[in-house]
Amino acid sequence: MAARVGVVLFPGSNCEHDTIEAVRGLGGDAEVLWHGDDSLGGVDAVVIPGGFAHGDYLRPGAIARFSPIMDAVRDFAAAGGPVVGICNGFQVLTEAGLLPGALQKNAGLKFLCATATLRVETTESVLTSAAQSGAELRIPINHFEGNYTCDDETLAMLRSEDRVVVRYVDNPNGSVDDIAGVCNEGRNVVGLMPHPERASHDLLGSSDGAVLLQSLLDTAAAGV
Amino acid sequence: MGARRLQGMRFDVQVETSPRAGIADPEGSTIERSLPALGFEGIEGVRVGKSFRFTVEASDDAAARTLVEDVCARFLTNPVIEDSAVTVSASATV
Repeated sequence: MAARVGVVLFPGSNCEHDTIEAVRGLGGDAEVLWHGDDSLGGVDAVVIPGGFAHGDYLRPGAIARFSPIMDAVRDFAAAGGPVVGICNGFQVLTEAGLLPGALQKNAGLKFLCATATLRVETTESVLTSAAQSGAELRIPINHFEGNYTCDDETLAMLRSEDRVVVRYVDNPNGSVDDIAGVCNEGRNVVGLMPHPERASHDLLGSSDGAVLLQSLLDTAAAGV
Repeated sequence: MGARRLQGMRFDVQVETSPRAGIADPEGSTIERSLPALGFEGIEGVRVGKSFRFTVEASDDAAARTLVEDVCARFLTNPVIEDSAVTVSASATV
């Protein structure tokens, strides 16, 4: 049975269909979950997609974390369910306290829309289990507030616990320690600024993101 | 939240949020770097934040402040990167 991935749609999300298309292209099932619902409908994995949830008002993710579905996402994550936040989804997960740190404005104050090269730093996460450690992946970034920051204590913890999942090879936005994505203590919640769903087919210029989504599908299927 | 307070007073509140000390403020730095080009010299330490103004009903000044500080910690700021300064004063318009 194919794994079912639920992609949460907030008002202002805009990458939900890209994500669904990419997941289906890999043989998974995917569906939209409405942010106002309080249930995940029995999906095997959750993706919080990119976009501008609630217009990014106040701060990116600051209002989305109060959406009814976030309680269900929190419970699902606490039970070990795979949850991935992409771009705005990463911001939502940090605001919700499901991932440490915060995303601030890019150093240089530029909105960045480019292909970045990422290095896979650990395969011990729901997003990288099928990848090779040290592999370099070309994946687009598309953000203004992607400059990852955290206090020194948190950074030391992320390093010592091997929780930096992907790093930028050439840091585009000022993120501390070149961090592009991190995971939680249970390694089942991952957030990253780059968009693997936009690098899921050669026609898109790169299919390097497919291995990340495949990892998520594998993990989700294992939990079915 | 909870029972409606009796004989509550209304307070004017101003909350200012800004990047915490030690957190880079690229917007502030960019503004600071631009000032000399306009002939403004001697300006340092530019920090950019947000300002929120609202009124709140509470039994007294301390209760109003406690409530607003809770709002700041849980919603108006991200404590990882932002600090807030709260000003509370009895409202002139009731």
